[in-house]
Amino acid sequence: MRSARFRRTRRASAVTLVSALTLTALAACGTSSSSNNGSGGSEGGGSSDPTAPLDPKTKVTLTIDCMPPAAKAAELKEWKEDVAEFNKTYPNVTIEGRSTPGQCLEPPRFTAMLKAKSQPDVFYTYFTDLPQVLSENGAADITAYVNDKSVPLLKDIDPNVLGSLKQDGKLYGLPTSNYTMGLLVNRKLFKDAGLNPDAPPRTWDEVRTAAKKIAGLGNGVAGFGEYSAGNTGGWHFTAQMYSIGGEVVDASGKKAAFNNELGKQVAKNLHAMRWEDDSMGKTQLLQWGDLQKQIATDKLGMFLAAPDDIAYMVQQLGAKYENFGMGPIPGEKNTLAGGNNYMIKQGISGDKIKAAVAWLNFKNLTVGKGQFDWARTKQDALPVGVPQPNFWLNDSKAKDDAARVANATMPVENFKSFMDNPVAGKAEPPKAQEVYKVLDNVMSGLLTNKDADIDKLLATAEAQVNQVLATQ
Amino acid sequence: MLCFAFFSWYPMVREFLLAFQKTESGQSTWVGFDNLVTVVNDPAFWQAWRNTLLFTVLALVFGFVVPFVVALVINEFHHGQGYLRLLVYLPVMLPPVASVLLFKYLYDPGYGLLNELFRFLHLPEQQWLQDPDLSMLSVVIASTWMNMGGAALIYLAALQSIPGELYEAAELDGAGLFRKIWHVTIPQTRLILSLMLLMQVIATMQVFVEPFLLTGGAGPEGSTTTVVYLIYQYAFNFNNYGAAAALGLLLLVLLAGFSAAYVKLSRAEDE
Repeated sequence: MRSARFRRTRRASAVTLVSALTLTALAACGTSSSSNNGSGGSEGGGSSDPTAPLDPKTKVTLTIDCMPPAAKAAELKEWKEDVAEFNKTYPNVTIEGRSTPGQCLEPPRFTAMLKAKSQPDVFYTYFTDLPQVLSENGAADITAYVNDKSVPLLKDIDPNVLGSLKQDGKLYGLPTSNYTMGLLVNRKLFKDAGLNPDAPPRTWDEVRTAAKKIAGLGNGVAGFGEYSAGNTGGWHFTAQMYSIGGEVVDASGKKAAFNNELGKQVAKNLHAMRWEDDSMGKTQLLQWGDLQKQIATDKLGMFLAAPDDIAYMVQQLGAKYENFGMGPIPGEKNTLAGGNNYMIKQGISGDKIKAAVAWLNFKNLTVGKGQFDWARTKQDALPVGVPQPNFWLNDSKAKDDAARVANATMPVENFKSFMDNPVAGKAEPPKAQEVYKVLDNVMSGLLTNKDADIDKLLATAEAQVNQVLATQ
Repeated sequence: MLCFAFFSWYPMVREFLLAFQKTESGQSTWVGFDNLVTVVNDPAFWQAWRNTLLFTVLALVFGFVVPFVVALVINEFHHGQGYLRLLVYLPVMLPPVASVLLFKYLYDPGYGLLNELFRFLHLPEQQWLQDPDLSMLSVVIASTWMNMGGAALIYLAALQSIPGELYEAAELDGAGLFRKIWHVTIPQTRLILSLMLLMQVIATMQVFVEPFLLTGGAGPEGSTTTVVYLIYQYAFNFNNYGAAAALGLLLLVLLAGFSAAYVKLSRAEDE
């Protein structure tokens, strides 16, 4: 009996092992095949010179993520039109778009995708993702493929934006959009509180005064809102530090740099607004999405935001463009800058890289075409006039600005203060998410604890950030 | 077998290996105990363990005792037991995210129902989720409400299997309600109580959804940062799978130790 059971167990184990090995082998074959051939497009082997144009005889299939989902009908229509027009010049390139419902890039899914090396040939990232992508060997060095022939307007792209996509002088991506943070205001509440919505506050003292007046409207209205959870509190603490000329991490990248007079200034101002003025609302521990909902429903007067937050509020939350305006970040010393871009998967063929650069140039980097075809955007009832993307310089900027104004679907004068007073953009600190996690505690401490000990909060966070930075 | 092999055993083995590896530029290298050192040196490490243990203790006080008391009360009803069982079990049927979001509205310090009630009763308003001293308790209350239905039904089944003669004998001996519970009910349901205790400790030590949705994960001044939330942060926000695996391994070892101690204790009691 015992021996029979032992034999059965052994046989079952053997079957399991053999099956496991077989499936592992199959999975390995799948990975290998996918990394060699991408999505299965047949390649004819064009010129190996990266500066040479794509050979029209070479057939290439490209997989690209962030194709608009079916729910975004107008954007999807434009994508399809762009593919058709691109194919007139490049009939040999097949574009296979992949779409994701909801947010195109979710950090947890993105991280898993990089680990599994399952990213499409051309994949969407945020500027801050570059170190993570490179640590996973995820992106190809496209320096040699990007020149004034493959991207004719290269010289007109803000070098700071391109710089965000470089490491050690090598280029790993091409920009789609960029932003600098400003002060988003609810024009209706400004008017109701007797404030001028065309002149948003330019200093933090003015923000405090305006917030008090707006909160005085009552009915649960908050004057100024801030995040304090999900690492977004730390993100905004950083923005506030930058705005008054401070840093979060010093130039060496090894030491915290916020436990000083500037850090205390930020903390004291927030604490006073929350507890002395009662102008920040009772509900705290907010994160991205919460403040947008409040301001869209006329429950919040202002908060720090990127210009495209307005598009989100209008398209997703049913708000109206004319109700919002934007000024530069108060303090105006520096502002947090960021953006998104496409990278090209490491390991794909040179022909695919050429085809990918050609597509990205057509779709995202040509004034009057693709995403910059503002006349079409207006025709499709999509927003025109939000000051984002904002990476053009020289003639391209003049042409693009003129086209936006000519086709504006919203009162662009509401962004005049933001556009007329540009503030120098500053990138996020090293190990941004881990630093933000620590700084979330400072923000939540300030906004949820009336008796918060500011010196202690900053000192504890400083020690913790130093610990985080020491383990790089 | 295959499903277990691929979706359970293989990930466990892989996690064990990852805990001692670092992956950079697509290459995994052995780093010995470096990931464990990183995790232990994380400023949030001890806080996460303290919070997790606090949640476990509070969840046991509420989540273990409350369903048992509810089961005792339902058991005393001779009519409408089916209706009461349904009522108690209803919250379990709600999607957990919906339940948690419901509590988020209840707890809101501005327009939340609880503070409205406090105002009506002229009691001081509370910062339910925003007070570092109150936030974990608020999370536990939400969690207990969401999960107690299943436990209550299991206790009820155990209570109904106790022979009525035992209570009759106790009554003849002059036992009151509490003595009957202490000398009949608890000894008769000891096995199921112990099993539920073990399962609850294992489940509550892995708490994630409730604090993640109610307080954004970390909570005021990190007061609801739990071990599993820290694992989530390592893996998906910091791209450090090695550290995530190392912390997961520590949690596994602790829970395995707890389970082993439980098995040993129950065997000793049986003997």
